[in-house]
Amino acid sequence: MNAYLLSLAIWVPILGAIPVLLLGSERRFLVRWLSLAVAIAGFLVAIPLYMGFDPAVAGMQFVEQAPWVPRFNLQYLLGVDGISMPFILLNSFITIMVVLAGWDVITNKQGQYMAAFLIMSGLMNGIFSALDGVLFYVFFEASLIPMYLIIGVWGGPNRVYAAIKFFLYTLLGSLLMLVALIWLFLVSGGSANILDWHQLKIGMAPQILIFIAFLVSFAVKVPMWPVHTWLPDAHVEAPTGGSVVLAAIALKLGAYGFLRFSLPIAPDASDYLAPLMIALSLTAIIYIGFVALVQADMKKLVAYSSISHMGFVTLGFFIFNPLGVEGALVQMISHGFISAAMFLCIGVMYDRMHSREIADYGGVVNTMPKFAAFFMLFSMANAGLPATSGFVGEFMVILGAVKFNFFIGMAAAVTLILGAAYTLWMYKRVIFGEITNPQVAKLADIGYREFLILALLAICVLAMGLYPYPFTEVMHASVENLLKHVAVGKL
Amino acid sequence: MLNNFVVPDFYPLAPEILLLSMSFVILLADLVLGKTQRWVAFALSIITLLGCAAATVMTVNAQTVLTMSNLFVDDLLSDFLKLMTYLSVIMVLVYGRQYLIVRGLDKGEFYLLVLFATLGMMVMISAASLLTLYLGLELMSLSLYALVAIDRDSKRATEAAMKYFVLGALASGLLLYGMSMLYGATGNLNIADISQVLYQGQADKTVLVFGLVFIVAGIAFKLGVVPFHMWIPDVYHGAPTVVTMLIGSAPKLAAFAMTLRLLVYALFAVVAEWQQMLLITAVLSIALGNLAAIAQKNIKRMLAYSAISHMGFMLLGLTSGVIGKEVDPFTAINAYSSALYYTLAYVLMSLGSFGMVLLLSRTGHEAEELDDFKGLNQRSPWFAGMMLVFMLSMAGIPFFIGFFAKFAVLTAAVKAGYLYVAIGAVMFSLIGAFYYLRVIKLMYFDEAEDKLPLVARTSFRILLSLNGIAVAAFGLFPDAVMSLCTAVLLHSL
Repeated sequence: MNAYLLSLAIWVPILGAIPVLLLGSERRFLVRWLSLAVAIAGFLVAIPLYMGFDPAVAGMQFVEQAPWVPRFNLQYLLGVDGISMPFILLNSFITIMVVLAGWDVITNKQGQYMAAFLIMSGLMNGIFSALDGVLFYVFFEASLIPMYLIIGVWGGPNRVYAAIKFFLYTLLGSLLMLVALIWLFLVSGGSANILDWHQLKIGMAPQILIFIAFLVSFAVKVPMWPVHTWLPDAHVEAPTGGSVVLAAIALKLGAYGFLRFSLPIAPDASDYLAPLMIALSLTAIIYIGFVALVQADMKKLVAYSSISHMGFVTLGFFIFNPLGVEGALVQMISHGFISAAMFLCIGVMYDRMHSREIADYGGVVNTMPKFAAFFMLFSMANAGLPATSGFVGEFMVILGAVKFNFFIGMAAAVTLILGAAYTLWMYKRVIFGEITNPQVAKLADIGYREFLILALLAICVLAMGLYPYPFTEVMHASVENLLKHVAVGKL
Repeated sequence: MLNNFVVPDFYPLAPEILLLSMSFVILLADLVLGKTQRWVAFALSIITLLGCAAATVMTVNAQTVLTMSNLFVDDLLSDFLKLMTYLSVIMVLVYGRQYLIVRGLDKGEFYLLVLFATLGMMVMISAASLLTLYLGLELMSLSLYALVAIDRDSKRATEAAMKYFVLGALASGLLLYGMSMLYGATGNLNIADISQVLYQGQADKTVLVFGLVFIVAGIAFKLGVVPFHMWIPDVYHGAPTVVTMLIGSAPKLAAFAMTLRLLVYALFAVVAEWQQMLLITAVLSIALGNLAAIAQKNIKRMLAYSAISHMGFMLLGLTSGVIGKEVDPFTAINAYSSALYYTLAYVLMSLGSFGMVLLLSRTGHEAEELDDFKGLNQRSPWFAGMMLVFMLSMAGIPFFIGFFAKFAVLTAAVKAGYLYVAIGAVMFSLIGAFYYLRVIKLMYFDEAEDKLPLVARTSFRILLSLNGIAVAAFGLFPDAVMSLCTAVLLHSL
C-alpha cells in the first residue's frame, strides 16, 4: 500500500474527475457530493504520507519507479522528501476547501468546474512528487490547462485577457525550462532523473545559463518582480476557488522549483547570482508592499500582498542558511493557508455584494459579526502577528537574513510594518466604521458551510503559529542535506 | 535483349496491384450504380483499403526486397508508411461521407480519385528509383488537383485547383530538373546506385550541388514549407473540407518518404549541403507559419499556416541527423525517427481538427470561420473537449501526442548543436500557442451564437472520439509508436 501512495495522491483526484464530468451540469446535487467525496478521498490518501514519513531521512521516500518512455529513458519516477511532502498535504487539503467554496456560488457548468479543480489538484501533486525531469515538466505544463479554463469560463468581466495572459506568461518560462531540461538530459548521457542531475558536474558558464532558464520559468510562477504583472490580473478575474488555488498552491510551484532544480543543479551559479536574487526579493518585499497599500480592489490588494510574501520565500532561499530556507518553507505553507483564507473571505463578501471595491464596504461588522472575527484573525496572520502561522516563517527568514547581513535583514523587516499597514487599513475600511452602503445593512452572516471552511483554516493558522514543530521537523533533514550539497559546489 | 528478361517478383507489389484492380472495379461498378446506391462505391473503397492493409501486412519482411529491375522497394519503412496511409485515407472517407452526400459530391469519381491518389502515394513510398518516385508523385498530385476542383460550381475551389496545379506543375518541373542533374552527375537513376557512386567520389560536385538545390526546392514545395508555401493557405481554404483533410494528412506521409528516399538514401554523401538548406527552411517555416496563423479568421487558413509550422518542425528533426562531419548511425536514426514520429503525430492531429470542422458544417453552412466554434462547450461538451485536445496537442502542451513529437525533435536538434535554433523554435511555438488558445477561448469562454444541435452519423462521432482519445493516449504512453518508428528506420536504412 505504502508503495503506491504518491500515485494514489495524483490519480485519485484526476480519475475521480471523470465521473464528475460525465454527470453533466444538470445533476448538481450529485456533482457536488461526488466532488466532495473525491476531494476528501484525495486528502485521505495523502495523510499516510505524513504519518509514514521518516523525518531522520534526508533522501527521497515513498519512491515509485516504473519505465515510462524507454525510448528516451524517461521514467515514471515519484518520491518525496521533507521539502515536497508538506505541499502534497497542503494541496489535497486546499482542494476540499475549494470544492466547498464553489458549492452554491457556481451555477454555470458546475460539473466542469469541480472536475477542473480535481484534475488540477492531481497534477499539482504530480509536480511536487515527480523526480523525472520530463515527468515534472509534463505535470507542470499540463496544470496550466485547467487553470486557463477556470479563469476563462468562470471568471470576471475581463477574464479572457487575464486567462490568456496567465497562460502565455507561464508558457514562456516553461518552454525555456524545457530546453534546459533537454540540455541536461543530453549532457547527463540520457538520464532524466533529477537526482542524477544533482550530481552532474557542470562548468560555471553552462550553470549560469541553466540557472537563468530555470529562473525565467520559476520567477514567472512565483511570481518575482518584475514578471509579476500577470498575477493581479489573474487573481482579480478568477473565481474565488481559482484565486485560492493560484495563491495557495500554484505560486509555491515556482519556489519549489528553485529548491528542486536551480539550487542543487547549479549551486555555483546560485551562489554567484545570489545578490541579484536577493535584490529582486527585497524589491518584491518593499516595493510591492507599497503597491499593495494603494489598491482599491481587495483581491488586488491580497494579490500584491502575496507577491510581497513570496519575496520573503525567495529571500530565504538565497541567503543559504538553514534558518532562511526552513523559514521560507514554513512561510510557503503558512501563506498557503492564509492567502486561501483571505481570498475565501473576500469571496464570502463578493458573493453577497458582487463588489470587491473597498470603497463599497464599511461597517460590515455590524451585520456579519462572526465573519468579521474570522477575517480579523486572517488579516492579523497576513500581517505576521505572533501566535499565527504568518509570524513563524517571517521571523525565521528575518533571523536568517540578519545572520547573513544585518542590512538585508533590516530591509526585510520593513514588511512587518508594511504588511500590517496595508492589511489592517483594508480591514478597518471594510469592517469597521459607519454603514454607508445600504446593501451592507442587509448582509446576512456566514452560513454553516462558510463557517466550516473558515474554521478549518483558522485552526490550521493558529496551530501552525503556536506549534510549528511538526512542520519544521519533517523538513529539517532534507534542508540540511540540500544546503550541504549547495555549499560543496560543483567546480 | 529478350533473353535477359526475368519475370519480376510481383509479390511485394500485391497491395498496389490490388488497389489498381479494385479501382477499375469501382470505376465499372459506378456506371451501373444509381444515385441511391452510392454507398457501394464507399464500401468498396473501404474494403479495398482494408484489403491493401492485409496485403501489406502479408508482405512484411525484415529484409529489404527490391523488385521490378530494382525500381520498387519493399522494406519495413514502406510497409509502415503504407499502413498509416491506408489508415488516414480510410479516416478521411469515413469523416467525409456525410459532407459529400449533403453537397451532392458523393460521386464515383471522388472515390476513384482518392484511390488513385493513394496508389500514387504508395508508389512514392516504395520508390527505389528516381523514375518510380516521379511517377508516384505525379499520379498523386494529378489526382489531388482534380479532387480540389471536384465541386465544379464553386469558384473558389476552381481557383484553388488552378493555383495548386500551376504551382504544383512548376514544382514537379523543378524536381525533375534536379533529378536530371543528379542523373548527369552520377549516371544513375537508381537510388542505391546513386548513393554508391557518390560515396566513391566519382560524381561531378558542381552539377550535383546544383541539382541538389532543385531537388530540395521540389521537396519543400510538396511539404509546403517556406519559401515554397504559398499554395498551402489558398488550397486548404479553397478546397472542399474533405479534400483539405486529405491533402493535410496522407500526402505528408508520402512526402516524408520522398524526402527520406531522396536526401537520406540517395544524397547522404552531401548531407552537409542539404542539412543547411533544410535548416533555413525549417526555421523560416516555424517562424512564418506561427506568425501568419495569428492573423487568420478562417479556421482552414489557420490550420494551413499551422501545417507550415509543423512541417518546419518535422524538417528540424530531419536536419539534425548529422553533427558536423561526424556520421553516427544512432544519432542519425534518432533524428530521422523523431521526424517520422512528428509526421505521424501531425497527421493524427490534422485529421482530428479537420474532422471537427466537418462536424460543425451542415447543409448550406460551411463551418469555416473561427467564430463558428463559439460556445461549442454549450452545444456539445464532449466534442469541445476533443477540439481542446487537438488544439493543445498542436500547441505542444503535454499530455498530448504533440508534446512528445516536439520533445523528440527538440532533443535531436539540441544534440546536433542547434541549441539556439531550438530556443527560437520554442519561442515561436509560444507565439503559436496564442492562436490555438484562441480557439479554446471561443469554444469555452464565449456564448454560442448558433444553438442548433450537431448532426453527425454515429460512425463519424465514434471515429472522431477515437481520434481524440488516440491523441491523448499516445501522449500519455508515447513509447510504443516512438520505438516502432525507430525500429522501422533501423531496419530500412
